[in-house]
Amino acid sequence: MTGEVAVLGAGMHPWGKWGRGFVAYGTVAARAALADAGVDWRDVGSVVGADTVRGGYPGYVAGATFAKALGWQGARVASVYAACASGAQAIATARAQLLAGLADVVLVVGADAAPKGFFRPAGGDRPDDPDWLRFRVLGATNPAYFALYARRRMAVHGDTLEDFAQVKVKNAALGALNPHARYRKAVSADEVAASTVVADPLRLLDICATSDGAAALVLSTMDFARRHGVADPVRIRAVSTVTPTYPNTVLDLPDIATDSAAAVPPGERTFRASIAHAAYEEAGIGPDDLSLAEVYDLSTALELQWYEDLGLCGEGEGAKLLRDGTTSLGGRIPVNTSGGLASFGEAVPAQAIAQVCELTWQLRGEAGGRQVAGARVGLTANQGLFGHGSSVIAVR
Amino acid sequence: MVAQWFAGEGESFRLLGTRCARCAAVHFPREDDFCRNPGCGGRELVEVALSRRGRVWSYTDGRYRPPEPYVSDPELPWEPYTLIAVELEAERMVVLGQGAPGVTVADLEVGMEVEVVSGVLHEDADTVWTTWHWRPVGVTA
Ligand SMILES: [Zn+2]
Repeated sequence: MTGEVAVLGAGMHPWGKWGRGFVAYGTVAARAALADAGVDWRDVGSVVGADTVRGGYPGYVAGATFAKALGWQGARVASVYAACASGAQAIATARAQLLAGLADVVLVVGADAAPKGFFRPAGGDRPDDPDWLRFRVLGATNPAYFALYARRRMAVHGDTLEDFAQVKVKNAALGALNPHARYRKAVSADEVAASTVVADPLRLLDICATSDGAAALVLSTMDFARRHGVADPVRIRAVSTVTPTYPNTVLDLPDIATDSAAAVPPGERTFRASIAHAAYEEAGIGPDDLSLAEVYDLSTALELQWYEDLGLCGEGEGAKLLRDGTTSLGGRIPVNTSGGLASFGEAVPAQAIAQVCELTWQLRGEAGGRQVAGARVGLTANQGLFGHGSSVIAVR
Repeated sequence: MVAQWFAGEGESFRLLGTRCARCAAVHFPREDDFCRNPGCGGRELVEVALSRRGRVWSYTDGRYRPPEPYVSDPELPWEPYTLIAVELEAERMVVLGQGAPGVTVADLEVGMEVEVVSGVLHEDADTVWTTWHWRPVGVTA
């Protein structure tokens, strides 16, 4: 158990395809978070940026990019890249600085302008890069991996296409209530079924889109929050950034084979399950304590997998949890009240931060029509390419 | 492009990995420098042929043309290919590969036995890029 840090402010740029640059989006989100916190940018001691290699800016999307846009004021700066977990690592970096006494207030920003179509690796012949190899040798896109998990669930657990469609129905209904979401209209199961197959068994509406978007947080020490007049802030109690444990036995992006379990037996938990487990351990809570969860629904089927990996139910029981309404608004543990990636789409460096923005608004009781009554504890779960875990637990 | 990942022809075609001489962990794609078992650190990695047959862990197909670096002729209509993840019992690992030409998702089931066969990934006037394919056992098309 480590110390807690306060979430003083949360902000986003609405997600969509806006045709502007990531710096503009990130600056809007940062200014919104600063205004929400009531903190002057010049009083921020450190800025942490979540990098992206997407959109043609390899390595350039750094904390300093946003610091320049907000006006150079001499703050400490850090930039992190961890694929889809970049936002969580930015939060982890900020938290470490706060707990180490290196800063009183830290601004965390992630933003991206996503390219059109399938994500693809950077150019050039790079056979030493597993991400390049899976495209070159197999043509294995991200949806292909999502589809492998979906088909496996159907075969092993008896999940149906209708179950997958109902995840989209649930998340689209919630996204319709979220002013920051890209897609703000309800979707029916029939519409999911009628959408074209991308990678069997998944349809277009089972798979999240790519988006432009940005999210930002202002974090501070608990002392600063009190001095600032915020006696009972939303607090971050755990940030999990774990790597897998050898042998990693579930086929996962971007690898074309699992580790062999011939020499070492697999551990107790899969990688995805270990991400949440590490957060629970650090926070000193368990799945029964959660009021809500934001999980990484790259595909509808993957959301059901997360229910099991978070310990919300037993293995193979994810679809049952959905069917009985447990994960819907009003259920015991609503999942993806923001609308999830189904409603936002992917803006890679922003999404793990956006998940924490949703927890913040929920825990403050400011989530409007999608508010979870009496929310006290929220968890985010996400996973970055190449073995980056990501989970944050926030409490009020 | 992916040197020494497979070898042989016809019945003797095999995927090649490496096996750690110290702990016996198997690596595919091949690992030639350090064993990836964190409790080992062995540096003697010996080439090993993987099992020829395994069972389908899962499968899918690609209904849209993947982006580069996948090579396909934009002049030709897109023909969906099948992707099959195969569990190898002896190695206790899952290896992904394209299905052999003509194998569709309708031909597949989780748990079905498949075997590795040589195949063509892409060819142009100068070069034929070979690869491995998974094919249901008993299908000889
Ligand atoms: Zn070894």
